[in-house]
Amino acid sequence: MKRRDFLHLTGMGIGAGILAQIPVLGKAIPLETPWHTVDVARKKELADIALEAARSKGATYTDVRIGRYLNQFVITREDKVQNVVNTESYGIGIRVLANGCWGFASTDDLSRDNIARTAALAVAIAKENSRLITTPVELAPQKGVGEVSWKAPIQRNAFEVPIKEKADLLLSVNDAALKGGANYIGSYLFLVNEQKYFASSDGSYIDQDIHRIWPTFDITKIDSATGKFERRSALSAPRGMGYEYLMPNEAEKIHGITTLYRNRYDMLEDARQGAAQLGQKMKAKSVEPGKYDLVLDPSHLWLTIHESVGHPTELDRVLGYEANFAGTSFLTLDKWESKKFNFGSPIVNIKADKKQPGSLGAVGYDDEGVPTQEWDLIKNGILVNYQAIRDQAHVIGLDHSQGCCYSQSWSDVQFQRMPNVSLQPGKQRMSPQDIIKNVERGIYIVGDGSFSIDQQRYNFQFGGQLFYEIKNGQITGMLKDVAYQSNTQEFWNSCKAIADERDYRLGGSFFDGKGQPEQVSAVSHGSSTARFNGVNVINTARKI
Amino acid sequence: MPILTKEDAQQLLKKVLAFSKADQCEVNIYGSNSGNVRYARNAVSTSGGNSLSQLVVSSAFGKRLGVATINEFDDASLEKVVRRSEELARLAPENPEFMPFLEPQQYGPETPAYVEDTAAVDPKKRADMVAASLDVARKNGLVAAGFLENTAAFSAMMNSKGLFAYHTSTNVRFTATLRTEDGTGSGYISRGVNDVKKLDTGAGTTIAAKKALGSKGAKALEPGKYTVILEPAAGIVLLENMFFNMDARSADEGRSFLSKPGGKTKVGEKLVDDRVTIYSDPWNPELPTSPYSSDGRPMEKTTWIEKGVIKNVYYSRYWAEKQKARAIPGPDGAIMLGGTKTLDEMVKETEKGILVTRLWYIREVDPQTLLYTGLTRDGTFYIENGEIKYPVKNFRFNESPIIMLNNLEELGISERTISGESNTEAMIPPMKIRDFTFTSLSDAV
Repeated sequence: MKRRDFLHLTGMGIGAGILAQIPVLGKAIPLETPWHTVDVARKKELADIALEAARSKGATYTDVRIGRYLNQFVITREDKVQNVVNTESYGIGIRVLANGCWGFASTDDLSRDNIARTAALAVAIAKENSRLITTPVELAPQKGVGEVSWKAPIQRNAFEVPIKEKADLLLSVNDAALKGGANYIGSYLFLVNEQKYFASSDGSYIDQDIHRIWPTFDITKIDSATGKFERRSALSAPRGMGYEYLMPNEAEKIHGITTLYRNRYDMLEDARQGAAQLGQKMKAKSVEPGKYDLVLDPSHLWLTIHESVGHPTELDRVLGYEANFAGTSFLTLDKWESKKFNFGSPIVNIKADKKQPGSLGAVGYDDEGVPTQEWDLIKNGILVNYQAIRDQAHVIGLDHSQGCCYSQSWSDVQFQRMPNVSLQPGKQRMSPQDIIKNVERGIYIVGDGSFSIDQQRYNFQFGGQLFYEIKNGQITGMLKDVAYQSNTQEFWNSCKAIADERDYRLGGSFFDGKGQPEQVSAVSHGSSTARFNGVNVINTARKI
Repeated sequence: MPILTKEDAQQLLKKVLAFSKADQCEVNIYGSNSGNVRYARNAVSTSGGNSLSQLVVSSAFGKRLGVATINEFDDASLEKVVRRSEELARLAPENPEFMPFLEPQQYGPETPAYVEDTAAVDPKKRADMVAASLDVARKNGLVAAGFLENTAAFSAMMNSKGLFAYHTSTNVRFTATLRTEDGTGSGYISRGVNDVKKLDTGAGTTIAAKKALGSKGAKALEPGKYTVILEPAAGIVLLENMFFNMDARSADEGRSFLSKPGGKTKVGEKLVDDRVTIYSDPWNPELPTSPYSSDGRPMEKTTWIEKGVIKNVYYSRYWAEKQKARAIPGPDGAIMLGGTKTLDEMVKETEKGILVTRLWYIREVDPQTLLYTGLTRDGTFYIENGEIKYPVKNFRFNESPIIMLNNLEELGISERTISGESNTEAMIPPMKIRDFTFTSLSDAV
C-alpha cells in the first residue's frame, strides 16, 4: 500500500464505509478496549489443533501464525481532530508443505472445527498445485526453539497514552505551523502493535510483542498572488519504539540549518521550522540542471538505501519470484559468485540486520521461527551476500535461513522481506560540516520526497524536502525544483565521504510494498551523512 | 462467509438497527471469498484461500460518532457491537465536519458485476488456468511469473433513516510476465474481468510471450522528447493520478492542479485537448461497478471531462454542503472515450515513434503541475514508417498527464485495463502523444 492510499483510508473519511475498506489494517474496535494479550496457553492449544490437522491430512511441514494486530490512528487537520481509529485483527494463518508444494489458508473463525478445516484447505491447495511445480521446496534446517517469547524494549506503550494527550500534541503542532505562516497542515500519529504467536511442526512455540510508532505531518503554504504552493513533510522517522520517541531530548538533537533528530523527536519544533522553511522555499532559486556533488542527510539517504540497496539484495527478486510485480534485480548470482563485483566505493559497507534496537525490523524471530541475525551485504564496496529465507538458503550455499521471513498479517502468507539495511558510519572522524566544507559545487538534501526506481534497480530518481546550495564549502541558500537521477552502481561508487558514527540516524518506511497480493512491511535504514560526487540533477519545474 | 442475498442482508441489518439507542445509526456489511495462485520460474510458488466478513456499526449522538465492528452474527454479538459503537460515540471528540446519515436514496438497478461462474471458481479451476499460462511459457522457451486471483463479494448498508443499499460483485485478475531465459527480453499482460468466462489465460500469456521474444536485443535511443503510443496498461497509470486528484476540496483550498490564484478553480475551463472526454457509469457492461458509494450516495453516470473541459469534481458531503455544491461521489471506474482505430492501425500510421506497453513505479514529482516520474517496462519498441523496427532500452520519463493530454495526436479503441500500480480498473484507449519527455535511460529489462 502506498502512503497516499493509507492516508486516504485513515484520514479522508469518517464514515463506516471507509473503515470497512481497510481489511489489511484490521477491523475498528472501541478506543477503550483494554490492551490485553491473548493467553499463550490458549494460543498453543489452537496452534496444536492446526499442526495436528495438517499432519493428518498429509502435510510434511506446517507452521501456524496466530496474530492479534492492533493499530491506532489519530488524524488531525488545522484545529480539528478528524478521526481516531482503533483497529484489531485476530485470526490464524496456516502454511503447509504437501507433495513438496506450499499451501496456505487463513481464517478469522478460531473455533476448533474451523481451524481443522482451514488446515485441511491449506493441504488441499498444496496438493492441487503440486502438479504445477518443477522441484520440491527445500527448507534449510531450523531446530525447534521450544516455548519462548520476545518483547520489543519499549519504555512507554503508546496505546496506553490517553487519546487526549495524543490529540492535544497534534493540535499544538498544527497551531505552531499555522502561526508560522502555513495555510494548511495535516498531522498524524500511527501506532502498531503486533502480537504474534508462531508454532511449527519443528517444535517451536514463539510469542512476540512488537511495537511501532510514526508521528508525521504535511504542511502547505500558498502564495495567494501567484497561486503557487509548496509543501513540507515531517523530518521524523517511523520507529520500532513506544511513545518515548515523542519525548523531546536535547541530547538527541543535531542543531544546524534545520534541526535533525536521532532517537527522540520534537514534533512541535519540526513543525515550527517547517512552516518557516516553506516561506524560504517559495522564494528559493530554481535549480540549474547539471552535475553536482550531493551531501545527503540520513533523513533523505535512508530511502535511497532502501530502493537501491535493500531491494536488489532481496534473494527472491534475484531468483525471479517477483518478476511479475516488484521486479527482479541487477545483482544476479554471478556477480555475487565472482566475489569482486564493485557495488560501491571501498568506503561503502552495508549491513543487513533484524536485531537493531528501536528499528522497525527488530524482532526476536522471523515469521518462520528463525532467530534473527546481522550480516554484511556490501563489504568494502563488494557485494558479499543477500537476504534469504528457509526455502532459498540452499541457493546461496547457506545451511541456515537469515531470518527474513515476514507476513503483514495472519491472513497473508509469509515470504522474504527486507531486514533493516544500513550504511555503516565512516571510520574516520568526520562531521557533516566537515563534508560540506570540501564541496565546491553541491546540494545538501534533507528529508525524503519523490522516489522512483526501475524494476531491476539500476536507474533511480529522488526528490527531497529541503535543498541547500553549496558553493565553495558554504551553504549559500535554498534551492527548489530539484531531483537527482543516477544508476545504482555509479552512484554508490561516487560515494567519497561518510560522516562518523556520531551522525548515525535511522530513517524508514511503514509501507514497503511487495508480493501478490501486495503486502506491506516496515523497515529501517540507518546511515550518517554521506557525499556523492558528480550526480545528475534535473529541474522539475513545469507549466500546465 | 456466504454471499448473502438481498433479503437476508436486509433482515440481518434490520435486526442490528433494532438494537440502536443512538440519535442515528448506520450499519454496513461486507463479505468476500477469494482464492489466489502465484507462480514464478515456471512453477507455482505460493497460493492461498481467504474468507472475510465484517459488520460495521456507526452510531451518532449529535456530532459525535462511534464506529465498531464485529464478524460474529449471533444476536448477542450484534447487540454488543451496537452498544460498543454507542459507548464510543459518547467518548469521541465532536467532529464539526460530521454529516447526518442520508435519507433513503433512489438507486439505479443492480449492475451486472456479479457472475455466478466466477463465484464458483475453486482451487482446481485456478490451477487449470495457471497451467494454461505455464504451457505457453514452456512452448516458447520462456520463463513465466504470474498471479491469478478470484473474488466474490457482497456489500449492503442500512440506516435508521430508512436507507438501504445492496450490491454483489465478482472479479478475476490475471497478470503474467514472461522473460527470456537469458533475461534480455520481457513481456507483460494484465486482464481484469467480472466474468471468468471472458478470461483466457493462455491467450493473454501468448501476447506477453510475443512481447518478451520481440524485446530481445534492445537498442539504446537518446533520451529526449518522442512521439509515443501508450498502450492502455501504460496510459492508465498516468491518467489515474489525474482522477485521484480531482477532489473539490483540494482545488478550492488552492492546493491542486485545478487551483487558480485567489481561491478560484479551473472547473468549467478547457484544460486538455478537445478529443478528451472522460466519464464514469456503474452500468457500463464492460466495467460494471457499485450503484452506491460507501456512504450511501447513489452512483450516477457522471461526466468528469467533456471535450477537454473540466465538467465535474468530486465532493465529500461535508464540503459540498459548505460550498453549496452537488455532492458528487468519486468514480469507481473511469471511462475515456476512444477513437475507431486499433493499436495496429495506429502503429501503421506512425512515421516515427515509440510504442510503450507498460509504465512502472510512478511517483508524483510536483502536485501543482501533476508532474510524475516513472519508467517504461516489459517491452518498448521503436516505430518507423508504420512498422515496429526494433526493441529499445527502457526510459525514465518526467511527464504530466495534463501536458500529455494537450499533446494528443490520436486515440484508439477504448478497452478495459488495470493499473499495475494501484489495481484501479478503467476503460482507456491507446493514446498517441507527441513530445513525451524521456529524461534518462535504464539498463533494466
